[in-house]
This record gives sequence, structure tokens and C-alpha cells, in this order.
Amino acid sequence: MAGVKRSLAVDVGGLRMVTPVLIASGCAGTGKELAGLVDQHRIGAIVSRTITVASRKGAPTPRIAETASGLVWETGLQNPGMDAFVAEELPRLARTQTPVVVSIGGGSLEEYVRLTSALQGRPEVAAIEINLSLPDDEMDRPILGTHADRVSEIAGAVARSSLVPVFAKIPGGCDDVAGLAAAAVRSGATGVTLCGSPPALAVDAVRLRAELGAVAGWLSGPALKPLTLRAVFEVARALPGTPILASGGVRTGVDAVECLLAGAWAVQVGTATLIDPAAPVEVAQQIARYLKSKNVASPSDVRSRLRVPAATAPTQEARR
Amino acid sequence: MRRARAEILSTRRLGAYTTLTLVAPEIAERAKPGQFVAVAMPKGREFILRRHFAVHQASRRGGWAGTLEFVVDASGPGTGWLANARAHETLDVIGPLGRPFAYPKKLTNCVLVAEGRGAATIYFLAQELLARHKRVDMVIGAPDMESVFKPIEAKRLSQTVAVMTADGSLGGRGGVLDALPEALERAKAEVLYAAAPSQTLRSIAELCVARRIPAQVAVEERMGCGYGLCHSCVVPVARKDGSGFDQLRACVDGPVMNPARVLWDRWLSEAPKVLPTPPGGVPVVRDWPGTGEGAWRA
Repeated sequence: MAGVKRSLAVDVGGLRMVTPVLIASGCAGTGKELAGLVDQHRIGAIVSRTITVASRKGAPTPRIAETASGLVWETGLQNPGMDAFVAEELPRLARTQTPVVVSIGGGSLEEYVRLTSALQGRPEVAAIEINLSLPDDEMDRPILGTHADRVSEIAGAVARSSLVPVFAKIPGGCDDVAGLAAAAVRSGATGVTLCGSPPALAVDAVRLRAELGAVAGWLSGPALKPLTLRAVFEVARALPGTPILASGGVRTGVDAVECLLAGAWAVQVGTATLIDPAAPVEVAQQIARYLKSKNVASPSDVRSRLRVPAATAPTQEARR
Repeated sequence: MRRARAEILSTRRLGAYTTLTLVAPEIAERAKPGQFVAVAMPKGREFILRRHFAVHQASRRGGWAGTLEFVVDASGPGTGWLANARAHETLDVIGPLGRPFAYPKKLTNCVLVAEGRGAATIYFLAQELLARHKRVDMVIGAPDMESVFKPIEAKRLSQTVAVMTADGSLGGRGGVLDALPEALERAKAEVLYAAAPSQTLRSIAELCVARRIPAQVAVEERMGCGYGLCHSCVVPVARKDGSGFDQLRACVDGPVMNPARVLWDRWLSEAPKVLPTPPGGVPVVRDWPGTGEGAWRA
């Protein structure tokens, strides 16, 4: 296939990126940290830390604990609040020459709407990602996004008042990912991010204490990859044509390609960036090498190309 | 800040510690006392995060030019692997990271306090202070004799040294705080530097505030990345105008901090899930002679 013009560029529901690799929320810093450690214009996009209406001081330390092939963390969403973010951090992030996806989080519908309107008309915002892993203050539930009714309510409200693509980040560890994704997309979200970090706990047996200052936390890192692949696979089957950002456990180009094959449009690299600041660029290079070896032109050509025998038992979603 | 693939030149067992010397000219020529490096763990293992080590020695000149030394306390799987690394292996190192110690412009009598592995960074600082014609006195503490890092080096670098061990196997019996008041008198201390676990630093901070001695301490908090991305290693630090406090990252805003500004109670308490602001508000810390911006030089 001589003369094929190969490109890593992707358009994920209107979010245009030079590579299909983003830095996941909370792992991209506040704008200056990565300078000199990685060519930032070669990163597809960065997702900001989650922004809330009011500033948050965050959880007590220790905020991070290493576990087997992963880490348990709870930063308590430390952030300067939406006004300070829009005034200071957002312009700084935009100066890195990388498209900025802003992650928003709240405890009520009103907070999500206020956050969306605070970002409205800001040219620096390439897309919005809705963090749905916060406690639900209105319904008094531990995690807001585990209920389809709330997902559709919030995703719908954000999507209606946003001029940029909106991705709903489905909480990790849910038993009906495709149902939640469908709720988000049917109410107007452009696509979904699969998935947020599942809830986790790390214990220090010597001190008889939880490892984290906040006690409970969330699991991230390579340990998550199989969970991510299954979630992507199920949603891609149940909702063909829906833009999917895979997030969780992607560390290498092979991991990323696996996600694309399962049905992702692009991948987010989180923990890997904390270990290797150049990971987002290296992953993209490895995807390019894979595309070359398979003689295809673009990441979208391998999307959902996982060969599944027709006789395979239908997944949970297909049975629905 | 640079990232380098650095060859291990040599490793040396020293009591409870292992020191590693790397060939990393780009990092070595920039490193200052108080700064640290982030060392990547090998791929394909279940421990994944970088490990962070204070720079013990960075040689810019002489036969060891371009080398960098740090001290490993083999307490976990990652540090255990590193302590067993051999010469000529290469490590993925990012550094130098963090804010270094600043040197006093006018004041001369410096007391340096270190506990355990903190001595590594303190000896590097002592050399730089001596090069600036300051008087250096030290208080070095550790649980036992094995864990006293290079006591002879401490003697070589300072006018007087007090060594304290918890079991009394070397020097006096007790902690650094038992020897500190006397050392401050003896040295006519004008400035204090410390590198120690946070509970010790808190007591040192109280002493410094009570005696109005300007101080700089290198804090220890568990880090994720080491270069500011993850917001794991935060320390609550009072704002100058008394309008509250900020959760500053020890990796980019520290590890060297002004102990008078650190909200120790808030930082080290057995914390509830979400900490309220203390009922009396955040204390206002006013500068006293020697602590203002103009009194220090990078």
C-alpha cells in the first residue's frame, strides 16, 4: 500500500488532536511542570485536574500509596475553584500549546451548570469532561455517577449549555457501564471517558491504619487495564459510533492499541505520566509504529477491529 | 531540571545505608543542597512509582566532576532493589528537583540539625556554607549507631558536633532535641537548618519560633511524581498576609520551607476526612530579623 499518508491525528466527536493520546485528569499539572520534560505540542490534549465551584484544600496527607502495579490515591480534588482556575490556571495550561479539556465536578446539578457556564465562551477550552465520581449532596449517595438518572440529568444539563464537546467520565467499578454510558449519550453528551478510578483502600498492617490520610481512596495504574478494556468493549458494542476515551492502566503503546481495538477513539495516560513525563508522546510513537506494521493509515482504522467469533456468548449489554 | 540515563559509578554500604554515585553531569552541575532527584524503578515490576532521594553530593570540579551521590535507606521493595543495584547499570533520573536551601546574607553562625538519612542533605549544605565563610555546628541523630550517617564527615565539616542515638550506642542517648538547646547556646546560633522526619521538625520549629531564630527546614512528605503533577505531597503553609493558607507541594514549592509558616498541627494531626479551618483562624506569622526575603540569598 505505497503512498499511504499516515497520520495520528484524530477527531473525537469534535475534539481534534494531533495524536490519540491525552493526559488524564489530575496528572497534567497546572501548566508549567512538564516544560522541558516532554514536547508538549506532541500531546493530543491534556485534561485539567477536576475543578469545583468553590476552592478546595483537598484531603490530608498521605495522599498516595503504592500497591501492586498500581497506586491508591485521594487528593480530595484540591483546586483553586472555578473563578481562580479560569483567571489563572486555564490561560497557563493553554500556553502549553496543547488542547485543554477541563474536568468539572460537583455535588449537585446546580454546581455542574455553574461550572459549565463559567467555562462558556473561553476559547482555551477544547472540551469538557464531567467527573461523576463525587458524592451526591442532593440525593445523599456516595458516588453520583453510579445512577443512570443522575448521569443523564447532569450530562444533559452540561451538554445543553456547552458549545464544546462534552465527555461523561463514568465512575470505575460500576456493574452497568454501558447503561450509564447510554444514559449520558442519549441525554446529549458527545461521548464518554471509560472509566474513572474505582474506589479502593490501602492498609498499613504495622501501624494498624489506612495508608491514606483520607482513609479511603481510588485505584489507578497498570492494574486497571483489563477493567478499562472490558468497559470500552461493552460500550463500543452497545453504542456503536459513540466517541470513547479509554482511561485507566494505559502505560505503553501496546496498551493503547489494545484499547483502540476494543473500541476506543483515543486513550488517556495518567499514572504513567507521573512515572515517565514523556509517556504520552512515547505511547503515541508506539501507536504510529503499530499502524505502520499493520499498514493502516490512521488510529481510526484499527478502532473496534477486535476479532470476536460470532458464536461468542453475548456480553451483558447485548442481552439487554 | 533535566532527565538523564545515568550510569551507576559505584555503590557503597555505610551502616544501615547504601550510597549510590551516578555519572550525571547535567544534573550534578545544577544540583544545590536541599534538592532531590527522582529515580525510576525498573519496568515490569509491581512497584511503579519513582523513588525520591535528597542529593548528598554533586561534584562540579575535580576528579569526581559530573557525579551525583544520594543515599538509599533500603526499607521497601523499590529502595531495596536500588540498594542492590550494581556499578555500570543505568538509572532513569530526573533532577535536580525542588527548592534548595538559601544561604544567609549577613548572619554567620549556622546550626545544622539532621536525623537519620537527613544527614545526607545537611552535609552537602555544610560544604556550601563553609565555602561562604559561615560557622557550622551540627546535631546529628539516629535510632542507633548503624543509622548515624557518616559521623566522621560531620566532624570534618563542623566546629562542634553532637551525636545523639535513641539507644545510646553512639554519642548521647536521646533525640536531637535533647542536644539542640545546648548546641544553640554553644554556637551562638543565628540561623538554623534542619532535615528530619516531620514530627522532629515540628519540635524544632517550635524552638525556633520561641527563640526567634530564622530557620529553613527540608520537609518529608510522601510523593507521587516529584515534579508537581499529582498534588500528593502537600504541606499547609500560612500565607504572608494572614489571609489563610495554601496547600503547597513539597516537590516544587519545597522541600525547603520556612518552619514558622508551616501549619504543623494541621499537617500532622490524625486527620478527619475533611479538615476545617482551625477555629481561631490561621495564625499570622510576622517576620523577625533575619527571616525576611532580603536576608537570604539563593
